[in-house]
Amino acid sequence: MAEEGQQHPLKIYWIMWLSLFVLSGMSYATDFMNDGALRQFLILTFMFLKAGGIVWIFMHMGWERLALKVAILGPPVAILVLIWLMSLEGTYIEDTRLEYYGESTFEPQEPVHH
Amino acid sequence: MSEAVLDSGAEAPGKKGLVEDWSRDKQVFGVPWGKAMMWIFLLSDTFIFSCFLVGYMSVRTATTDPWPNPSEVFALQAFGFNVPLLLIAIMTFILITSSGTMALAVNMGYRKDRNKTFWLMLATALLGASFVGMQAFEWSKLISEGVRPWENPFGAAQFGSAFFMITGFHGMHVSAGVIYLLVVAFRVRNGYYEKRGYEIVEITGLYWHFVDLVWVFIFAFFYLW
Repeated sequence: MAEEGQQHPLKIYWIMWLSLFVLSGMSYATDFMNDGALRQFLILTFMFLKAGGIVWIFMHMGWERLALKVAILGPPVAILVLIWLMSLEGTYIEDTRLEYYGESTFEPQEPVHH
Repeated sequence: MSEAVLDSGAEAPGKKGLVEDWSRDKQVFGVPWGKAMMWIFLLSDTFIFSCFLVGYMSVRTATTDPWPNPSEVFALQAFGFNVPLLLIAIMTFILITSSGTMALAVNMGYRKDRNKTFWLMLATALLGASFVGMQAFEWSKLISEGVRPWENPFGAAQFGSAFFMITGFHGMHVSAGVIYLLVVAFRVRNGYYEKRGYEIVEITGLYWHFVDLVWVFIFAFFYLW
């Protein structure tokens, strides 16, 4: 198997390719929705479906041995801890800033389109 | 099946051993050694991009200034309308198109169809180059509107630093990928891999798909969120 490399029917790639287009279209469509939990849920869902498809089919991870899957996909799980810690930290810094500096007085300007 | 093959005392000590150990070309996990090495590199790159995105999340959470609305900042005038994220959407579709041509190139490579592999890889590289071109356009547009890594007219100052760092680092990866693709594509055409085998096309493909993968996350978190 290893010597032959990853050889699969072309049909799988065409289906994956098409799904990526559809998912990207739906991803882009979320930009026209109102902000809220549903929009965030959809952004994340389409993102994970796209990412999963790319890794599993296009990068052939689905056909690799379990040892490689674990070696490569295992370590990034640690990032979840970093995300958790940094979001706690970020909220804490924001609270501290609000307490000591008060609300922001920033006046945004409208983006100018050239 | 696994007979433990030990190099009988072949390991040289010191600097020579360092080079030999890293260039030993040993197969692990049932994949060619180059592929395992590429996966390990991509794993380390995953952490780099994660750090950028997590850093972006923390500064966006921590700032009390309003965050610029990417939907407006990246809108473009088209047909008399302000279309949100127009260029970014086009860039996304270009990158996905290039992912498809790359996946087909890998398949054609294993069929030893050198001509098709070459043209598909060349198409992938050209799509990648056009992506970088559009990114350069996006950068110059934002810079002309006064967006800097330390300030911008639309909101929190951290927007600029996050934007330039994240998209800049990704753009650098795309540019490196274009060069990588071109080198391998021309070697494929010249028959350089006839004896060595065409795993290299799949390994190049891994890198390219990874660049597309990173864009999926940047698109979701930076442009849509």
